[in-house]
Amino acid sequence: MTDIARARFERLSRESLVQTGGGGTSFLGTWSSFRAVFSHRELLALLVRRDIKARYKDSALGLLWTLINPIVQLCVYYLVMGEILGAARGLPDFAIYVFSGLTIYALYSETLSASTGSIVANSGLVKKVYVPREIFPLASVGSALFTSGVQMVVLVVACFVLGAPPLGWEIVYAIPSILLVVLFAGSFGILLSALNVYLRDVQYLTQIVLMLSLWAAPIVYGWNMVNDVMTRYNLPAWVLEVYTNNPLTLAVLGFHRAFWTAGSPADYPPQMAMRMAIATLAGILLLWVCQRVFARLQGNFAQEL
Amino acid sequence: MSIENVKTVDMPEVVVVDQVSKSFTIRKDNSLKERVVTLGKRGRVHEERFEALKGVSFAIRAGSSIGLMGSNGSGKSTLLKLIGGIIDPSEGRIMRRGRLAALLELGAGFHPDLTGRDNIYLNAAILGMSKEETDERFDSIVAFSEISEFIDTQVKFYSSGMYVRLAFSVAIHTDPDILLVDEVLAVGDEVFQRKCMDKIRQFQREGRTIILVSHSPEQVAEVCDVAVVLSHGKVAFSGSVGEATKVHREILEGRRREVRAEEDAAEDGTIQTVTPAPAKVTAVRVLDASDSVVDLIEPGDSVTVELDVEFEASVGEWNSSISIETPQGHQVFGTGTRRMKTVHRPSPVGTSTIRYKIGSLPLAGGQYFINCEIADAWDTPWSVLFQGTMFFVPSEFRQSGMVHAIASVSQN
Repeated sequence: MTDIARARFERLSRESLVQTGGGGTSFLGTWSSFRAVFSHRELLALLVRRDIKARYKDSALGLLWTLINPIVQLCVYYLVMGEILGAARGLPDFAIYVFSGLTIYALYSETLSASTGSIVANSGLVKKVYVPREIFPLASVGSALFTSGVQMVVLVVACFVLGAPPLGWEIVYAIPSILLVVLFAGSFGILLSALNVYLRDVQYLTQIVLMLSLWAAPIVYGWNMVNDVMTRYNLPAWVLEVYTNNPLTLAVLGFHRAFWTAGSPADYPPQMAMRMAIATLAGILLLWVCQRVFARLQGNFAQEL
Repeated sequence: MSIENVKTVDMPEVVVVDQVSKSFTIRKDNSLKERVVTLGKRGRVHEERFEALKGVSFAIRAGSSIGLMGSNGSGKSTLLKLIGGIIDPSEGRIMRRGRLAALLELGAGFHPDLTGRDNIYLNAAILGMSKEETDERFDSIVAFSEISEFIDTQVKFYSSGMYVRLAFSVAIHTDPDILLVDEVLAVGDEVFQRKCMDKIRQFQREGRTIILVSHSPEQVAEVCDVAVVLSHGKVAFSGSVGEATKVHREILEGRRREVRAEEDAAEDGTIQTVTPAPAKVTAVRVLDASDSVVDLIEPGDSVTVELDVEFEASVGEWNSSISIETPQGHQVFGTGTRRMKTVHRPSPVGTSTIRYKIGSLPLAGGQYFINCEIADAWDTPWSVLFQGTMFFVPSEFRQSGMVHAIASVSQN
């Protein structure tokens, strides 16, 4: 027996035996899963970089494509919705209004769709090597944050160019908005990525949900327009509350508040900060539930892929 | 059921498999529509439970090299995945300590659009290395893989050999305490394979634990000192490699005969008549020196192969040949009347027996099959009997390969 071998045996005998597999299925497993993900943070960073680098590899415009898509979308909504259908009449600086809503929606949409497909897309790895599988949906969240970050820079530049720089204290509303979207889209992304392994229909269903959410949040129309409609038809107050407390609606409203300086208090529901705080707590609870379901389902990923 | 042979006082256990069972549910409907349609009771029809492992227990001590053997579907790859933590057991638990690297499928973590350099960092991180550790070993990884000129090229432009070399190089530089190997040593060219084997030997000297899954008893015998034989999801044997290969062969033989029996039933006999011929081989036997039929031969024994040939018509001069092959179909020996520059005498209607006497058959341990063929004077075949019979040679731990030789070692 060589000295290296003896040293190795000594070191190993001091280590304790650890059970293999995911963080267990107990209620407290979330903590150990969290620690496992944290210990793989370098891998997480590399996976995010891989996603970003590989996405526009070999394309001439590269990262510019991240911008072309929302800009085209902006033009369409600005022209068709704003000018032709007349939504812009009630909303000053309609371009900024639409673009700020679209930016936060893009974060939501990209996070959800990329993380839903993430386990299946990384099936080669999932089947061959053990890493905490939450890494894959989380890496999708990371790369979505990056692309949205680029869009946010463009949004701020656009605000300055259009002569409505977002310099008020209300810019801080952007932070809870992003947090809300990351929490909810990330949690659902973790859950759906696991379900998608068992039922591939999930990823197609997600696309439909995403399309609906674009219209379910006040992105191309105003929140007060919804308010008006609801009072006109004498709908009970809770319907408006449900609409308003949808986390995506709150996040979009938060973004408007941060970047759309032309808004007046009538454009927003009362007690925005409180609503956002409650939604954040609900989001944390949701994250925990989704992670538990994920932990239960991940044991058979390698078989089902 | 622990492996007694491996237990030495100061070697800690690195893997403990404790009463592990794994069953899979195989569903035949895989879309939402089908599931909704077959919801409830009728859905059960679309489910099938398959038990891959049933109550498997054993422990692996640090520094041992253990082979997992078994026929297809015996659960050995499932067991390896369980040890690697890639799937969770249905029942029981697996405990482990130390760093683990899996050579399950090399390059699983590679992204074709990234450069070799990026992929090294990515793959190393997947295998649990930090950036500093990778920085430190980067040059060594590149040197071992021998692709330094292409390190900044996207890996999609790599040849498959370069790809595998790079992946292997990363995997072995992760400084694992436990290395899981799943039949991957068969990839790459000969030089590379030798390099892999050298590295594995070095790992063994360094007290690393190697867990190898292989169909090939030769490979297991070459690398491992102990082995576990699985059969239908249960441990059939655990202990020394020599014994294990024997048990494995016996199980295989059982299977082999079953499969043969099925094929026989399907094809109505394995005797293939090549052309409408006046004669066919009806039986082939292996006899030992005292002329009794045997299926076990010691290395170097004298052996007689006897063929029964049945003639439906009288024929002129004719030829015969025999060959001995491994279960993989590699011929290890073959001869015949034409090779011996002789010919069989004309035969009348009836049965004739041909005897090939082999003075000494120096075959090493393994299972062997005998094929025989009869042909007319111009060597146009009449009848071929594939794998007409089979015999075993007991394996010895002191050697591997197919040729039996008496070797000794000395040092000046």
